[in-house]
Amino acid sequence: MSTTFVTHEHRKLGFGNYVTCLNGILWREALRFLHQRERFVSALVRPLVWLFIFAAGFRQVLGISIIPPYETYILYEVYIAPGLIAMIQLFNGMQSSLSMVYDREMGNMRTLLVSPLPRWFLLVCKLLAGTVVSLLQVYAFLLIAWFWDIAPPLIGYLTVLPALVLSGLMLGSLGMLISSRIKQLENFAGVMNFVIFPMFFASSALYPLWRVQEGSPMLYYLCLFNPFTHVVELIRFALYDKVNWVSLAVVAGCTAVFTIGAIIAYDPGRGLARRAPAGGET
Amino acid sequence: MTTIDTSRPEQIARDAPEPTSVPAVTLALSVAGISHCYGRRRALSDVSFGVAPASFTALVGLNGAGKSTLIALITRLFGIQAGRISVFGHDISDTPGDALRLLGVVFQPRTLDLDLSVMQNLLYHAALQGIARREARLRGDEVIARIGLADRVNSRVRDLSGGQMRRLEIARALLHRPRLLLLDEATVGLDVQARADILAHVRTLVAERGIGVLWATHLFDEIAESDDLVVLHGGHVLAQGSVTQILGETGAPNFDTAFRSMTEAADRRGRPS
Repeated sequence: MSTTFVTHEHRKLGFGNYVTCLNGILWREALRFLHQRERFVSALVRPLVWLFIFAAGFRQVLGISIIPPYETYILYEVYIAPGLIAMIQLFNGMQSSLSMVYDREMGNMRTLLVSPLPRWFLLVCKLLAGTVVSLLQVYAFLLIAWFWDIAPPLIGYLTVLPALVLSGLMLGSLGMLISSRIKQLENFAGVMNFVIFPMFFASSALYPLWRVQEGSPMLYYLCLFNPFTHVVELIRFALYDKVNWVSLAVVAGCTAVFTIGAIIAYDPGRGLARRAPAGGET
Repeated sequence: MTTIDTSRPEQIARDAPEPTSVPAVTLALSVAGISHCYGRRRALSDVSFGVAPASFTALVGLNGAGKSTLIALITRLFGIQAGRISVFGHDISDTPGDALRLLGVVFQPRTLDLDLSVMQNLLYHAALQGIARREARLRGDEVIARIGLADRVNSRVRDLSGGQMRRLEIARALLHRPRLLLLDEATVGLDVQARADILAHVRTLVAERGIGVLWATHLFDEIAESDDLVVLHGGHVLAQGSVTQILGETGAPNFDTAFRSMTEAADRRGRPS
């Protein structure tokens, strides 16, 4: 038997290797996004239905008083636009977690997890990639909404970007954390019922909290402690070139907690170690 | 049992032909005292063996023997509960990055992205290994030509046959130039010709490129006389050594008979020896 060895690389992985990896994961997510045009269309149609139909119908029913960051009376469509942006990111975060469960079931996830780069870095790259995809969807929505007279100040399109990145990371990391606990793709329907709908409806996305308080003080506190409310408010203020510091702190804190939770959950010695291999493998 | 002491995997390295550039004491893969449980169910019990560099080692066992669990532990998909695993001296728990860089893996389920093209799958894998795009493309062209898929470079993977997908997975596992290749039931579900082609391809890698191979299988016709064997049954190592050694120890005319007598004896005793 021949024992000729090819030249192998033993250099330590450096900064360039990390950047290459990040680029690769971003590129793959972008390719997947382009291949799934239906995903892009449905991600846009959902908030647009709310905007064009729901908001138009409720315009006459729900009056919005002057509340920060707005300096004048606004139409209901204008009020719910930040909530719909957050909705796009919420669905995108859950969609990412769905694709992680799918990847895990199909085996693709193993390709990622056997990379020599640290697992926390790989998961953060996945989060960033998901966030970038959500940004494309949000700006497409904002463009369409502009024709519907939802026109924040021009600077708002820029100042909302950091808020969108942070909120995208928070909702993506929440999705990632959830995906680590879901054993089968079929169980994902529960996420819709127990995560997406309660988070969205028990928030300030559709109605201001002062109106909720009038109706039900208990629901008001539920909404107040819902991190999604703070995602909505962070985006709402940033769209008008303002900072809601409380929301910023809550969203940043939740992002840190969810991300650390997801990293721990995907640690081989903890989360994944509890599961037996998929059917047929032992 | 063969003459090789399962509790001292480094002995295999001394018995194996000495490679030119790797010290004999450094095993391509060292598995020492590995045990693993899923809840209360024990999947592996005190498993120890080694794979020498530039050797073909078959990890043989029936379905449920613990082969895939072992592969998941070696590749760090699961955390190690007891024992140690090292790849060319790099402990998979302490220095996972160094160990994983030397490892190429073909898992039992397909792990290709079906919606990406042949080249895109390779480039994605290369990026995960930190290989720059230009270099990755060069290596991709090289491995695609070697596996005979040059005319399918832009085809979506879902349009490939099962055999072509497996060849692509092997090519992908070699893209970062690992020194140890793990293949978990790599030929399951393929036709006879595709199985033979893949097995021949992997044996060529051992002979020509000096890559150590751990080939997990339950198909005994894939075993050659020159192979090292590790027989896994019920999560225990029943025997390890060359085919000749195992046949000599059991007195069986072929490996099929030897395997049956070993496993039946272990089952009769209620626990493997």
